[in-house]
Amino acid sequence: MEEKRAGKKPENRVKMREQEPLARAKNFMEVPYGYTPEEAKKEASRCLSCLKPSCRGGCPVSIDIPSFIKLIKEGRFIEAAWKIKEDNAMPAVCGRVCPQEIQCESLCILGKKGKPVAIGNLERFVADYERDNAGMEVPEKPKSTGRKVAVIGSGPGGLSCAADLIKSGHQVTLFEALHKAGGVLVYGIPEFRLPKVIVEKEVDYIRRLGVDVIVNALIGKLFTVDELLTEQGYDACFIATGAGLPVFLGIPGENLNGIYSANEFLTRANLMKAYLFPEYDTPIKRGRNVAVFGGGNVAMDAARVALRLGAEKVCLIYRRSEAEMPARKAEIHHAHEEGIEFMLLTNPLRFIDDGKGNISAVECIKMELGEPDASGRRKPVPVKGSEFRIEIDVAIPAIGTRPNPLLTRHVPGLLLNKRGYIVADYETGMTSKPGVFAGGDIITGSATVILAMGAGRRAAKAINDYFRWKYWDTAKLQGSG
Amino acid sequence: MFKILKKEELSDLVILFEIEAKDIAKKARAGNFFVLKIHEQGERIPLTIADFDRDRGTITTVFQKMGKTTHHLGTLNEGDSILDMTGPLGIHSHIENFGKVVCVGGGVGIAPTFPIARALKEAGNAVISIIGARTKELIFWEDKMRAVSDELIIVTDDGSYGQKAVVTTPLDALLRENQDIKLVYAIGPAIMMKFVCVTTEKHNAKTIVSLNSIMVDATGMCGACRVEVGGETKFACVDGPEFDGRKVDFNLLMSRQRMYIEEERVAMERYKEKSGGN
Ligand SMILES: Cc1cc2nc3c(=O)[nH]c(=O)nc-3n(C[C@H](O)[C@H](O)[C@H](O)COP(=O)(O)OP(=O)(O)OC[C@H]3O[C@@H](n4cnc5c(N)ncnc54)[C@H](O)[C@@H]3O)c2cc1C
Ligand SMILES: Cc1cc2nc3c(=O)[nH]c(=O)nc-3n(C[C@H](O)[C@H](O)[C@H](O)COP(=O)(O)OP(=O)(O)OC[C@H]3O[C@@H](n4cnc5c(N)ncnc54)[C@H](O)[C@@H]3O)c2cc1C
Ligand code: SF4
Ligand code: FES
Repeated sequence: MEEKRAGKKPENRVKMREQEPLARAKNFMEVPYGYTPEEAKKEASRCLSCLKPSCRGGCPVSIDIPSFIKLIKEGRFIEAAWKIKEDNAMPAVCGRVCPQEIQCESLCILGKKGKPVAIGNLERFVADYERDNAGMEVPEKPKSTGRKVAVIGSGPGGLSCAADLIKSGHQVTLFEALHKAGGVLVYGIPEFRLPKVIVEKEVDYIRRLGVDVIVNALIGKLFTVDELLTEQGYDACFIATGAGLPVFLGIPGENLNGIYSANEFLTRANLMKAYLFPEYDTPIKRGRNVAVFGGGNVAMDAARVALRLGAEKVCLIYRRSEAEMPARKAEIHHAHEEGIEFMLLTNPLRFIDDGKGNISAVECIKMELGEPDASGRRKPVPVKGSEFRIEIDVAIPAIGTRPNPLLTRHVPGLLLNKRGYIVADYETGMTSKPGVFAGGDIITGSATVILAMGAGRRAAKAINDYFRWKYWDTAKLQGSG
Repeated sequence: MFKILKKEELSDLVILFEIEAKDIAKKARAGNFFVLKIHEQGERIPLTIADFDRDRGTITTVFQKMGKTTHHLGTLNEGDSILDMTGPLGIHSHIENFGKVVCVGGGVGIAPTFPIARALKEAGNAVISIIGARTKELIFWEDKMRAVSDELIIVTDDGSYGQKAVVTTPLDALLRENQDIKLVYAIGPAIMMKFVCVTTEKHNAKTIVSLNSIMVDATGMCGACRVEVGGETKFACVDGPEFDGRKVDFNLLMSRQRMYIEEERVAMERYKEKSGGN
């Protein structure tokens, strides 16, 4: 069946058709349209089916990439989706949001001479195809083990852990603080990058598997972890509460009206659907001149949402250069196309008010790259005398998040590190407290969807082992705090 | 879904709901609040847990019709349900036997003052309460407040009931005459809390206020609720809502409360049109 062989000149990658930049900058509909079956087959045919596929090693959950691509070549799309689902429960999400360019695609052999196989696009295609054509089939219910597990937080970490646990026959309850399940997938990542119906379908699937999803349940307040493990009879619990606390710039004027944390701006827009105000009740300031601070996915999302809310000008202010931006390359590219202005090597100094409590400008300073810092990136240092002002009416710091202490501070015996993250074993998610596992951003700090999902899966496996052996090893955890 | 078991119209503007919420009731303490979202398109708004009944599994809240969401809420009746409710939120009041304390409740703030006054009384404090409103019509829970206070002072702006005064007038007199007042609790409109603090500053009396900043998630995730206390930024939903009033920047609080004034007007007008008045 091999249609292409190493040595043969690779054809160009099949581009995914997208909404025109100028049109899409005014709506919240998804940017790429997805492949047609023909396009998918054509792109799949570029894959060399390497005997020693390096792409697979770049995938944090080791999806059998050549096999699923081979199934696409053969037109067996639904089987291709199932092949992926052996390792990744949510390909429709990951195909859209994974940073493929630094994972699987970065290692694809074709990348040495031309463009690597569009693995992410293909993953997305088969997941969408399966959803639209086969429904998402629920496997037969396994025999009950009589064990109960509480999963706290319904982001990708919690969802994937809950899905695996229920398939092992345990009774699983998923607690979510907000009124909707999905974590960052519903409150953070915007509709035009990840349509909410996709996340809803995933959550719905987990419900159909038998997971009891309880929203509006802020653990630490409504129930404590100890209460879950004692009074409520849970045999284990998995904490995947994310890193939800916003970090502000810490410069003067930051509490003026019109200044939003990226979390607030995106939560209003995505979770509360403020872009549909007044159809939906939650308001949001539609800035004319907007400044976003940061260079990650969160900053890109905030900038592109501001644009879609009708801004005339959106500046992305970042203190390093574009090469250092941690955002997905595809989104940086999309942001450029849509007309977001990149103001690089620039740092804000203070916000200036209009005399009525609203923001009217931000004073910035130019930076230049100095010596490499701890992360190996060259450290930006201010250029003396280069201060300047930009007039703005909305400002959005998107410079990172920290762990929310609401839950962790109410769990006696749970070891945290200096920055407030839970200390847990990477392989198992085991924490210092017997019966309590943790994974995702609450361990690692802001990372990625696929890493959180991987942690959820490993923890589900470790919970099964724990039930079998009742073994708790915290020795490894010492010293990591 | 959370079912409304009892509705009471305390005045034209102020409504009481007793709502079925077993788990929240079990954990509620004086000073806690909750967030509700009436329906799918609704916004999340915070309201104080003004009372709770662990046996019946209910919480009581008292709200004033301000804009669209509270007006809409006011149209719900016994038997109707609220789609989403999260709680108990915020750090509950710190209660101990301080000695002599004053509880000041202004307008709809009378409701959240009640459970605190009750808890302080139960802890052995001598409780003097001051409740005030614009006019007689807006005074409610007089008997409930009287039952948990050693002394109850009522004021109205227009003098239609009790003394014709604002709450700071009797407060100032009390502080002057009673050097042994250890603590003042004040809950009401920001402007009232601000002037209460001006008054207590004069007498160097410790003052706790409950800040009603605009909130979204109310779990510490967004920072919409940020306030400045002693020059530091705090999140009212998780660090509060109660703070040392004399350190609060009330002007910032009031300015931030007005952030969506235009949007609120649009929402209200649209709502009135759709619901045909009211
Ligand atoms: C705007 C934005 C864009 C991003 N873009 C990308 C991208 O393109 N690609 C990518 O790979 N990654 C991206 N990320 C990062 C990625 O979303 C996160 O790494 C991932 O979601 C972490 O998953 P998690 O399960 O650990 O936690 P989260 O997704 O943060 O979910 C945690 C959940 O727990 C809930 N919770 C918190 N405390 C409690 C409690 N006490 N009780 C009950 N529930 C609680 C929260 O409400 C939340 O729903 C982005 C993040 C943001 C914010
Ligand atoms: C901790 C806390 C406890 C509260 N307890 C009570 C209570 O027991 N009874 C009561 O009547 N009110 C209480 N409030 C205030 C109540 O939340 C607002 O009156 C309500 O949100 C108004 O919504 P609206 O749509 O009817 O009015 P809008 O027209 O939206 O606004 C009217 C005013 O309410 C404020 N407001 C608007 N949206 C919000 C929001 N999402 N969060 C907070 N304030 C907002 C604004 O400052 C505005 O000036 C409390 C607020 C907080 C923060
Ligand atoms: S490295 Fe590239 S060509 Fe080789 S199997 Fe993976 S996707 Fe196909
Ligand atoms: S309301 Fe979002 S952090 Fe307080």
